[in-house]
Amino acid sequence: MSAVVETRLSPLVEVEGLAKIFDVSPPWLNRVVERKPRQFVHAVDDVAFGIARGTTLALVGESGCGKSTVARLLVGLYAPTRGRVVFDGTDITGEVRPNAVRRRMQMIFQDPYASLNPRWKVQDIVAEPLREHGFAEGRSGAENDRQLAERVAELLSSVGLAAADAEKFPHQFSGGQRQRISIARALATEPEFLVCDEPTSALDVSVQAQVLNIMKDLQTRQGLTYLFISHNLAVVRHVSDEVGVMYLGRIVEIAAKAELFSAPRHPYTRMLLDAIPDIHMSGRARTPVQGEVPNPLNPPAGCAFNPRCPHANERCRVERPMLLPAGAARVACHAVEEGRI
Amino acid sequence: MPDPLLDVRHLRVEFPTRRGTLLALDDISFSIAPGEILGVVGESGAGKSLTGAAIIGLLDPPGRIAAGEIRFDGRRIDNLPYEEMRRVRGRSIGAIFQDPLTSLDPLYTVGQQLIETIQTHLPVGAAEARRRAVRLLQETGIPAAEERLDQYPHQFSGGMRQRVVIALALAGEPKLIVADEPTTALDVSIQAQIISLLKRLCKEHGAAVMLVTHDMGVIAETCDRVAVMYAGRVVEIGPVDAVIHSPAHPYTVGLMGSIPAMDEDRARLLQIDGAMPRLTAIPTGCAFNPRCPRAFDRCLVERPDLLPAGATRAACWLHATPLRAAA
Repeated sequence: MSAVVETRLSPLVEVEGLAKIFDVSPPWLNRVVERKPRQFVHAVDDVAFGIARGTTLALVGESGCGKSTVARLLVGLYAPTRGRVVFDGTDITGEVRPNAVRRRMQMIFQDPYASLNPRWKVQDIVAEPLREHGFAEGRSGAENDRQLAERVAELLSSVGLAAADAEKFPHQFSGGQRQRISIARALATEPEFLVCDEPTSALDVSVQAQVLNIMKDLQTRQGLTYLFISHNLAVVRHVSDEVGVMYLGRIVEIAAKAELFSAPRHPYTRMLLDAIPDIHMSGRARTPVQGEVPNPLNPPAGCAFNPRCPHANERCRVERPMLLPAGAARVACHAVEEGRI
Repeated sequence: MPDPLLDVRHLRVEFPTRRGTLLALDDISFSIAPGEILGVVGESGAGKSLTGAAIIGLLDPPGRIAAGEIRFDGRRIDNLPYEEMRRVRGRSIGAIFQDPLTSLDPLYTVGQQLIETIQTHLPVGAAEARRRAVRLLQETGIPAAEERLDQYPHQFSGGMRQRVVIALALAGEPKLIVADEPTTALDVSIQAQIISLLKRLCKEHGAAVMLVTHDMGVIAETCDRVAVMYAGRVVEIGPVDAVIHSPAHPYTVGLMGSIPAMDEDRARLLQIDGAMPRLTAIPTGCAFNPRCPRAFDRCLVERPDLLPAGATRAACWLHATPLRAAA
């Protein structure tokens, strides 16, 4: 446990007050002629967390809750509207990130059919980050190619593919194999931090198991730190050390995995846990969940969850709850804070 | 046992192509009793949706039923002429598809679509049809059903649209509903609502359900029996509890082990190496033999039929009688 305490002191990745607001206003002419107002979506608002070196933080939530936006903010695909991103002690919030930092974090995307260039051979796909970051630079052309090929073969074998696969095209692989190619590509620059945005949700369960096992082995072997985005709570429970639950752009509860799954505190977390059909609990009585996620363009005042919450009262409808410590977790809920639930 | 409502016998579906005939479904047999919920589970490409499509007579050409028969309510339906099948579909067999947006016509109001369906299949007048449409929407839990009836599909959210699709499937008062991945496009909290709704309504209307899905959790919570498919064949069929907790076929064992569970911690998931064979390269003998940890000589040459294996029936030579006697 001492190692855990030590690493908790120095998180590899830390975000504070992170927010991303998208302008989705109608075009200027429509605004003037039809008198339509400007509109903004608060895709992510006031999100803060830290990920300790060598551990996995999972973000869960339903579609539109902002979990993928957080992933994109972290790797720098979006610039945050507010807040800070700190990586290994350095503030990297600015628009342009130095190559030295970009090399140390990579991303794995959801759809292995869309994230690999169909016209490129696997060799070129996996070697692209290496070229981009100047691996094997300054040598002669032939020497350079040989070095790259060697490194690609090494990467492919680390994800359970054959070195000969480097000469094939993406269409010659199944979904699971393609996702392994994405992982090999992400590992090319020897990153310390991997952002995985729903890496297995496009895959069948038996293939999902293969990919999850590879990701776990890689973490043990290379001490990788993961941000794992998923809507599947069973998968999250399998891979993560810490779990953050998001609802309409905010974290409503964040806790160690064991804590969150054994003693969920926020009513939304409880609802999510209750809603998943589980093969080992057939026939159990479930509390039916009412309602749907509100439109993020026009979120409810106060706590965003209040229209669906069985414990909501007057305070929940007007005052937005802060993420406050509650036992070993941090929860954004007035009812939890007041001890009502 | 009562006469089955749906009886599929030795169904074989082929796709003739320029490079030869692909065998997409190979000798599928199962039945559904009145009011029963049968789950059909398998990974992508196992042929589960195709089985559903064959039953409702909506195989995409050049796909065709090459052998076997489908009996519904004692009557053969796989060889009906198009027009006659059109009357069966909707009236006797309802269908629910995965994507609620593409199964509704965006140019007609929800009410027009419901009323048209009701009047096509049932001998009722316009006023009565409208009354029934409102009642169906109320039953599926759509608030303010009377006003919602005159709205278009785009004015409904994903979960609400799927409720409308369920109302449409029930409109002709069918005895069987073929539901193909009805909750896959929905978020988990909505998924739970739709599954319990489907289960309750089918019980109230006395309709049997063939529920096609890849989600074992949904199967566990909903179905009475389940059929597991692999490479166009049924590899195991039996009561849900037995298939989940004491699976007999090595593929089912692997499938169950690869699902991360909510109530136990495992360092690694059980994994089945490899992937399902393509239709062009189905191995001889048992289709699962290249990935099977327990395959032996016989599996490589001879294809197993469904054999009794404890509480279920499994297509696996491990359950052949001589072997059992030897063990």
